[in-house]
Amino acid sequence: MLAVTNLRKYFPVEKSFLDKLLTSQKNFVRAVDDISFSMSRGDIFGLVGESGSGKSTTAKLCLKLIEPTSGTILFEGVDLAKLRGEELRRFRRNMQLIFQDPTASLSPRIRVGDAIRHALSFQGVGTASEQIERTKAMLERVGLKPSSSFYDRFPHQLSGGQRQRVVIARALVLNPRLVIADEPIAMVDVSVRAQILELMLELKREFDLTYLFITHDLAMANYVCRRIAVMYLGKILETGPKEKVFESPLHPYTLALLSSIPVPDPKAKLERMIPKGEIPSPINPPKGCRFHPRCRYAQTVCSEREPGLEEIRPSHHAACFFPR
Amino acid sequence: MPLLDIQSLVVEYRTPKANVKAVDRVSLSVEKGHTLGLVGESGCGKSTLGLSIVRLVPPPGRIVSGQITLDGINVVRCSNEKIRRVRGKRVGYIFQDPMTSLNPVKKIRDHFVEMINTHEPGVSREDALKRASDMLQNLGILPERIDDFPHQFSGGMRQRVMIGLALALNPDLLIADEPTTSLDVIVEAQIIELLKHLKEALDLTLVLITHNIGIVAETADRVAVMYAGRIAELGEIGDLFEKPMHPYTKALLNSVPNITKKDQILSWIPGAPPDLADVPPGCLYHPRCPFVFDRCKNEGPQLLKHDNSMVACHLYDKR
Amino acid sequence: MSSEKPQGRILIWFLPALTGLVRRGLAGWAILIGSAIVAVVGVITVVSPWISPYDPIAINVGPILSPPSFEFPLGTNHLGQDMLSRVYSGGAIMFQVAILSVIVCLVVGVPVGLYASYAGGHIDQLASFVMDSIYAFPGLVLAIAIAAMLGPGVVNMALSIAVVYVPSYFRIIRSQVLTIKELPYVEAARMMGAKGSAILLSYILPNVIASIAAIATINFADAVLTAAGLTFVGLGLPVSTPNWGWDLTYGRQLLTSGAWWVITFPGLMVVLLALGFTLMGEGLSELLNPRLQK
Repeated sequence: MLAVTNLRKYFPVEKSFLDKLLTSQKNFVRAVDDISFSMSRGDIFGLVGESGSGKSTTAKLCLKLIEPTSGTILFEGVDLAKLRGEELRRFRRNMQLIFQDPTASLSPRIRVGDAIRHALSFQGVGTASEQIERTKAMLERVGLKPSSSFYDRFPHQLSGGQRQRVVIARALVLNPRLVIADEPIAMVDVSVRAQILELMLELKREFDLTYLFITHDLAMANYVCRRIAVMYLGKILETGPKEKVFESPLHPYTLALLSSIPVPDPKAKLERMIPKGEIPSPINPPKGCRFHPRCRYAQTVCSEREPGLEEIRPSHHAACFFPR
Repeated sequence: MPLLDIQSLVVEYRTPKANVKAVDRVSLSVEKGHTLGLVGESGCGKSTLGLSIVRLVPPPGRIVSGQITLDGINVVRCSNEKIRRVRGKRVGYIFQDPMTSLNPVKKIRDHFVEMINTHEPGVSREDALKRASDMLQNLGILPERIDDFPHQFSGGMRQRVMIGLALALNPDLLIADEPTTSLDVIVEAQIIELLKHLKEALDLTLVLITHNIGIVAETADRVAVMYAGRIAELGEIGDLFEKPMHPYTKALLNSVPNITKKDQILSWIPGAPPDLADVPPGCLYHPRCPFVFDRCKNEGPQLLKHDNSMVACHLYDKR
Repeated sequence: MSSEKPQGRILIWFLPALTGLVRRGLAGWAILIGSAIVAVVGVITVVSPWISPYDPIAINVGPILSPPSFEFPLGTNHLGQDMLSRVYSGGAIMFQVAILSVIVCLVVGVPVGLYASYAGGHIDQLASFVMDSIYAFPGLVLAIAIAAMLGPGVVNMALSIAVVYVPSYFRIIRSQVLTIKELPYVEAARMMGAKGSAILLSYILPNVIASIAAIATINFADAVLTAAGLTFVGLGLPVSTPNWGWDLTYGRQLLTSGAWWVITFPGLMVVLLALGFTLMGEGLSELLNPRLQK
């Protein structure tokens, strides 16, 4: 359904006036640096990484909120780069985004029901009363009952979890085929997170959706996703089915991530393999393998050549010269 | 004698609409050298509780009643002069957001020197700088970075600086309010390891305020679970995780994903925490509790001893 | 907006709004007092034809330059005109000029501000350049210059004030739009396939209206003062219309001869009206900004 090939996005770095005069060298933030992956219909794909990994930028590229520097994105065979203007506007109904911050993704002055209905009216679907009917049905479907009471409320009158449901309702009311969820539960209370996730899974079954989850929360990704890709500094370092990636990780970075997660069990014996140092700047990523300065298994070749994403085990790929 | 002893603390926020009890009759104590995890979701009052220990509750909040004793000092009633000396010297505080807690126009070394000189004016500048660079080494920061400005540090480094500042005067107690919330996974692990190491090396008493059950499991000796301004359960870490008593604790533990458990089924708590301006009668948790019975709707439960822990739930109150 | 009867809506809004304002502390009081002042002055102006004891422009209705007395509570000026009547009716012009200038500003400044800052790029740069250049001039000087070019009259005064004020609207709107357009809910609107105009109207404008209202009230205050000032230097209006500005002009000259009442009372009215608007404006911006702090 979604095929991303050699995708790159470089953001130019603003230079001070003096620098502009003195040097002609341009610096770029290599947010996304040559990644390729694909998703089939019905997948629940998790794009996992820390800050600066490029996962959010990838989401925005797939949604055509920003333009790639190079590479192609095909959605059901359609090249996104070729869509423009009116055609692009109409196309938007196929892919929707669930945002991280439920409060910031709803205009404080628009009633919750109208916010959802706008999706329909912007796309010119149905008459006004039909739109209201569909909106109310959607409100009920995400658990905001009675819909007549919730329709007229403003976002600040709802709890965080309820607001996130409104965001989900708005994303789904157009019946998109692909839903990208960017940290959908990060800003929702702990005790309510599982409820939102369950809702998303139910809706997936009911509406035959495909999900792309963007998250840094590996435990959540483990709970909900079927396939995982691990990103670091703009590159995909490992990808495969969830069980394989999380239970027998190949890449040292994945290992490091997994061992760093705090486990809610005081008796768990933790074999910590925490790498030293911090994530380097994406303007000047390390030569060769991006992770090599922090990798305890690094050898000379790791600083010279960049490993490609190879299939080490069946359908389990890693970009490493010395996978574990 | 516990280092920190809180008795029936009540902290209110007075707004034009209503009086909100952010902390409602909370009692707990921390022994020297121990780590207390203060756990709860947003709005439960844990941050307010932390701030009241150093009397930094922002207006319109006020400590209304109760007692806080820190190594013999009556924090609630002592003079302003006294409490200012307590802050920094006896208690170190790590605030939630390292991005905005540092002065952007001051070099790191100046942060330290100011901190040290405010409380120990006799210390010479050289001594202060030496202490600062020793501290930075302990924190894993290269000593030459002492001349840098905060914006030149990454989030994890800034948090280490914050920890360093909090510990610069060798306080007995360290309060950390969500120390790793804004940090990446790996950096979070680094900071937790650092805190554990420092705890050992400096024989610190630590109060760790967080909504992240995982880091509490790793670092705390005892845990207090807060809900809507009150303590729901208070006990040893092992007891709490293995035999949680309060329905809220049970539900909370069941809602946290554990990546080491295969095929985990997560549950959640229906409804939402109460609006503290308009609390339900009886037990504040009862509208969401699966074990609710009549007494819960009318009578607020007391925090009572049961086995080795304290629970505020009528299920365990056989009186 | 959901459908409700407009008449009922106004009333239902009014009373809770009053109490709501009182509860909001100092800012709420500022708005209440400010609006009360403006309302009182406005009402006086409107009913002035009925309550003025004499025709404000009729000369020699009383002795020249007589101090406040029972017959002429606010005295008379050098033309024998009754000051009380002049004070009652002098406000009409002020209101007209102020309202007109605000209307022009809204009609010109708001759309330009919205469009230019949303579009960004060269359009934004051009608009900012123009606006900043106008803004750089001291207000009254610029108003005088434009009024001198355009000539006297209510409309021309309003226009010159409007020109001076449009950049302020532009700046406020621009700074808000630049922030808002990066917010997730605007992104969400684009995700839904909304056209730019729809985004501006439904998503950006409602969140900007609050600050526009605040600036509009300050605009009123400034317009009142500038109108008085322009008339004072002789650029505003013909003498025949009752106008506090003229009273100020002549009153200043007459001060030296001891006739303090000619300048004082109209002056007080100008200040009062400007104060009323300013209080409203300050109160509004107080209210609207700290609310975010919640």
